[in-house]
Amino acid sequence: MKGIGVSSGIAIGKAFVIKKSEHALTGILLSSDSGTFSEIAKFDQAVATSVQEVQLIISNKDLKLQEEEIAILETQIEFLSDPQIRIDVLDKIQNNHSTAHDSLILVIHKLVEMFKNMDDEYMSARSADIQDIGYRILKHLNNSFHSAAITLEKDTIIIAEDISPSDTITMDLEHVIGFATGAGSRTSHTAILAKAKGIPAVVGCGDRLSLIKNNDVIILDGKSGYVLVNPDNASLNEYIRLRTDHIRMTEALKSLMDVSAVTVDGTEISLMGNISDAEGLNNVFDNGGEGVGLFRTEILFMGRSSLPSEDEQFAFYKKVADNSNNCPVVVRTIDIGGDKEIKYLGLAKERNPFLGYRAIRISLDQPDLFIAQLKAILRASAFGNFKIMFPMISNISELRRAKELLEQAKESLRAGNIAFDENLQTGIMIEIPSAAIMADIFAKEVDFFSIGTNDLCQYTLAVDRMNEKIEHLYDPFNPGVLRLIKYTIEQAEKNNIHVGICGEMASEPLAVQLLLGMGLRELSMNAGSISEVKEIILNTDIENAKELCGRVMEMTDSDSIVKYLKEQNRAR
Amino acid sequence: MIIKEYTIQSADGLHARPATTLVRLAKKFKSSMQIKKDDKQIELNSLLNVLGLTLKYGDSISLIIEGHDEQEAAAAVEQFFQEQLKNL
Repeated sequence: MKGIGVSSGIAIGKAFVIKKSEHALTGILLSSDSGTFSEIAKFDQAVATSVQEVQLIISNKDLKLQEEEIAILETQIEFLSDPQIRIDVLDKIQNNHSTAHDSLILVIHKLVEMFKNMDDEYMSARSADIQDIGYRILKHLNNSFHSAAITLEKDTIIIAEDISPSDTITMDLEHVIGFATGAGSRTSHTAILAKAKGIPAVVGCGDRLSLIKNNDVIILDGKSGYVLVNPDNASLNEYIRLRTDHIRMTEALKSLMDVSAVTVDGTEISLMGNISDAEGLNNVFDNGGEGVGLFRTEILFMGRSSLPSEDEQFAFYKKVADNSNNCPVVVRTIDIGGDKEIKYLGLAKERNPFLGYRAIRISLDQPDLFIAQLKAILRASAFGNFKIMFPMISNISELRRAKELLEQAKESLRAGNIAFDENLQTGIMIEIPSAAIMADIFAKEVDFFSIGTNDLCQYTLAVDRMNEKIEHLYDPFNPGVLRLIKYTIEQAEKNNIHVGICGEMASEPLAVQLLLGMGLRELSMNAGSISEVKEIILNTDIENAKELCGRVMEMTDSDSIVKYLKEQNRAR
Repeated sequence: MIIKEYTIQSADGLHARPATTLVRLAKKFKSSMQIKKDDKQIELNSLLNVLGLTLKYGDSISLIIEGHDEQEAAAAVEQFFQEQLKNL
């Protein structure tokens, strides 16, 4: 069966199934006022005992709880003693004459459903916390004592419908090598815990998971999300081999963290990360990235009803500058369009949002908005090593107009004696074919190019990336796309300006040598891919890469190109 | 009565952890404290109700504080939204 792989790695072990005791409604009705009072007293007592129990877990030094885990438990205490739950439960006891047990089940059920249905993955995942506190109070209502601590055998894979926050915290993880749950999402507790502890995990496997029995042999692939039950010998051997490879790979990549990305012949390559906020920066550094090749600024403009002020933007950008250790950060001005409806920007749903009113087109159409963003970025540039990049440039007038507005923004800061980096570089995304074809012209008016391969591919091939029917046509190895990329790099070299790449192609293992062969020396990608790409670079000889590139550029179709690159990859 | 307006400044919105801190802070004071987003207004003593508002980054809210210690309560809330929230 298949679920969502949330913590990578391969685990092979024996199943231990955790079943939550079902709590059924009794249907008993209270017949007297004294019954009502005693049920209320029982409820209050059960809540008090539950709170005490959680406090004991928090203060238990032996558990060596991490700050995050304590925060989860503190939140649980707050849920347990929530006045709204008490009001709702008391209402059912007093007006429906239900027992405390039944009332609580009904109230918790309603709350769980309410949170589950929230249009927000995070809030939806909180339904597990509420279910959890519900179980805890019920346990004390029914006077059933703490279930005996479970002793787990070596190499145990935990199988459960869902693992509650308190389970995950109090579980003895020493022998746990994997988790598989029926429910859950990427933000569920199981996912967070497993990732933090580096234990492979698959969530969201669905109902079929309940067919697994204790001691079944389980293979769990935390990357692909596959869960195999009682596999045959062939699969078992295959996965044992994969597991060894994975462990070797992870260790090798970890040891690469502090190694610079230098090719066999000594050519230095800059590996950078793409981020959306200051937090992403830590991730880049943790993975050995040297800087930021793409800082997307859209997130600040989304999910709100009015424009962020210049000061608010400044604070957001400055936070990145403050945490950047003065490494280069390429800040891209907004790239939003009609695929997101944002009223205050004048964005309505468009029939063709990727060919519509978006990115620099909005910025140039609404100069006040653009200048506010530029001023905020400029002010933050005083605290770090920023560069500014304009997205979706399709003709030279757009670039010139954007630079004029940038100059106006600078002028107004100078007039107010506000500091900014006077040497700040300006560049453009090369993502529209016309810009790539005119790279020779653009190179004379900017300090750098950054090739956005995702959009370049979509625009060059006229393929909507979101349309599943034509997915197979979206192909970065199409010779037409490769020619545009190569031409852009050559023109940048010729004019002595910087060129990088910030699309998904930068982290595509098959493409790395080819891009180096084209002359690229800077690659920016999602932080998680940096080590893998670095490993390829360390094994690349630039002369060989050039030769490989020469061969590829002579080929006429992407099937042959991909086949050839795969062969070369294997030979390496 | 004191009414204060805030915009949620933390990128993740008001998630469980900061909401817990806020509810606990409100419980320290005798004044009644209510939080209002659009047309929903709830008492600030219930974490469930606070989370039920699903406050996201950039959302505008008002706080209505009334009681003997409303000055102190307002100052504490001010500190929470301007300083603490960024670090939670």
